Amino acid sequence: MSFIESLTDYQIDTLKEIGNIGAGNAATSLSMLLNRKVDMHVPAVRVVDYNEMMELAGGPETIIAAVFLRIEGDAPGNMFFVLSPEEANGFVKQMTGLTEFSITDAEPNDMALSALQEMGNILAGSYLSALSDFINVLLQPSVPLLTIDMAGAILAEGLLELSQVSDYAIIIETIIDDQEDHNQPIRGHFFLLPDPDSFPKIFNQLGVMDK
Amino acid sequence: MVGQVIKVGIADLQFAKSPDVLRTSGLGSCVGVVVYDATLKMAGMAHVMLPDSTSAKKSAFNPFKYADTAIPLLINTLLEDGARKFALKAKIAGGAQMFSFSSSNDMLRVGVRNVDAVKEALKAYRVPIIAEDVYGNSGRTIEFSPETTRLSVRTVSQGTKEI
Repeated sequence: MSFIESLTDYQIDTLKEIGNIGAGNAATSLSMLLNRKVDMHVPAVRVVDYNEMMELAGGPETIIAAVFLRIEGDAPGNMFFVLSPEEANGFVKQMTGLTEFSITDAEPNDMALSALQEMGNILAGSYLSALSDFINVLLQPSVPLLTIDMAGAILAEGLLELSQVSDYAIIIETIIDDQEDHNQPIRGHFFLLPDPDSFPKIFNQLGVMDK
Repeated sequence: MVGQVIKVGIADLQFAKSPDVLRTSGLGSCVGVVVYDATLKMAGMAHVMLPDSTSAKKSAFNPFKYADTAIPLLINTLLEDGARKFALKAKIAGGAQMFSFSSSNDMLRVGVRNVDAVKEALKAYRVPIIAEDVYGNSGRTIEFSPETTRLSVRTVSQGTKEI
């Protein structure tokens, strides 16, 4: 049986801690970038089938803005930073001061896209460097890529490695948002999907391998 | 006559008869495969993720996930339900590349490989492909009506078209 279906509570807690440390560092970076207070929610570790994963992002047809990066190195995997179009617009407005645009425009503003891409870079980079320090393995992110499209089409790309081993995905999900301004909420989801072979490595490094 | 919309999930296979319609949402590199008998107004739709089940790293896998195992199941189930082999036709959509990585990782070209595998599997059963909307870099939602045998394809940027 695949270990994905047989995680211990202790291992799940360890994965939550990974979400804590990564997203905590990312929230700090975002806070500095926007010069405002950014909080993070308690991470959730979810074992979901593929269709349930799409529901986490609002359903397969929901339009999302996602920054996707492939993690190479000793514990490879995939990472998404997912925003709704409204959340993405909120981020861009904060960063650039642009107002007359939407990332779902037929020809989106180049500066808006570029700002969003850069924000994805910074957040994913800070998440991963914290993670890499914590589990003490080398993780190298690919260049993050921004796509705005249907959630199903985007998130399925992150499941391909996994889907050869399991019909379930382990997702470490963390939400960051700010409490300051409820009219312009700044909010986003991290989804970390380690490759199946990475789990034993992560658990070994952290001393929670039970076999 | 208003039928039901039968949803097809990821790595899933479903069947419908008129007036019901088959629908799958958010196809990226995945491929939606419809095989139908137009006279009997019956159809099946598969949502395949990967080309080849020999890449499965465990023995008990979901056969709907792979082109080479889902399509034989799709065709054989239609035949068991009374469809006529000579009358079967196919329409396919999907196989996009959602992210343009320059990485050598073969996984990221999976859209093209999925389309190739689907075509090969359909060819093995001599089921002709009447229409296709494949490749590109947009997600698609597709809906097939066994009544009209039209496949509607919706993308975020280009709206809905029928093939």
